[in-house]
Amino acid sequence: MTHEERQKQHEQASELPKKKKWLPHPVLSVVMVLIWLSLNNASMGHLVLGIFLSLGIPYLVQDFWPTAVRVHRPFKLCMYLLLVLVDICKANFIVAVQILGPNKKLNAKFFEVELDVKNDFTIAMLAGTITLTPGTVSSELSTDKKRLLVHALNVDDVEQAAADIKHRYERPLKEIFEC
Amino acid sequence: MTTFIEYMVAALILLGALFALIGSIGLVKLPDFFRRLHGPTKATTLGVGGMILGSVLFFTAVERTFQFQEFLVSLFLFITAPASAYIIAKAALHLKVQYDAEYIESEAAAKEEQQDQNLS
Amino acid sequence: MLDKVVLIASVMLAIALLLNLYRLVKGPSLPDRILALDTMYINTIALIVLLGVSQRSLIFFEAAMLIAMMGFVGTIAISKYILRGDIIE
Repeated sequence: MTHEERQKQHEQASELPKKKKWLPHPVLSVVMVLIWLSLNNASMGHLVLGIFLSLGIPYLVQDFWPTAVRVHRPFKLCMYLLLVLVDICKANFIVAVQILGPNKKLNAKFFEVELDVKNDFTIAMLAGTITLTPGTVSSELSTDKKRLLVHALNVDDVEQAAADIKHRYERPLKEIFEC
Repeated sequence: MTTFIEYMVAALILLGALFALIGSIGLVKLPDFFRRLHGPTKATTLGVGGMILGSVLFFTAVERTFQFQEFLVSLFLFITAPASAYIIAKAALHLKVQYDAEYIESEAAAKEEQQDQNLS
Repeated sequence: MLDKVVLIASVMLAIALLLNLYRLVKGPSLPDRILALDTMYINTIALIVLLGVSQRSLIFFEAAMLIAMMGFVGTIAISKYILRGDIIE
């Protein structure tokens, strides 16, 4: 890993636009090595092959993904993932009861969430979180990337629900990826 | 394998199967497309998630080393499920599948307005 | 005991697959059918994980991974075809 870190520092020092970088997505490369090692047996040969692939593939595809993801607060990201997992478990039971109950009680609605986050990756993270928590599905992003259309299975107060999403998920994401 | 772990594995597998079943019941029972869309997200998250957790626990107990490869399936599903739900919803909006009529009208009006602005 | 639990769980998943098949055949609109197909993929993954537990073999995990990938690509391709009338632009 020390070799990679040195390369990363070198990369940040000499940053030129329009030039192919050797390490365009450092976080992605590390994650790729870890996933390769857990897919195969963790041996020395697979480590070398994994490092080779995780440097080669991002180099070849960097034109498709121009902005690198930067995690500003790793600890907060872990806390956020835990929060989402707990929410998924809680909401699953609520939605299970709602699905098995009578259909007439369900008050399904569309509502829009005004987005504060600008980065494409952050918007994708937020939309993914909204879909994974049962009861809400994000269904369309407006063309100017400012509003997200969300469908909720059972909601009474639309503005309260939108405010909940903003407060609970959007604010931590903004702090983690954009500040 | 101790009895306690066996009970845990059994409980997790049953929980996963139950949630997958409830998701599919929702797919059949709910009245319109956008309500049905909520069923599969449940089946993905806690259904397959619970089952994979049970399986990981089982193999860890049997092999006596931590077998975490199966978490990759769960991780992959957690990343891809929102993308496929989003694109199916988008296709449904494109085909104008029946749902709240009010919203369709307001959105169509907004789009026309935007096109007019682009033209002028 | 675990064998019985696995049997009960696979019966539950088989019922879930039949319900999905019903929606796939009947589904009033095209997105309903895509959704049913996607749910079938997910239930199949659960069934394969269950098969791995009952056979006490870790090999099935790779099959589950492959089905997850194929299912995702298939769903995206069909939806994209509906949206644009073309898959690769």
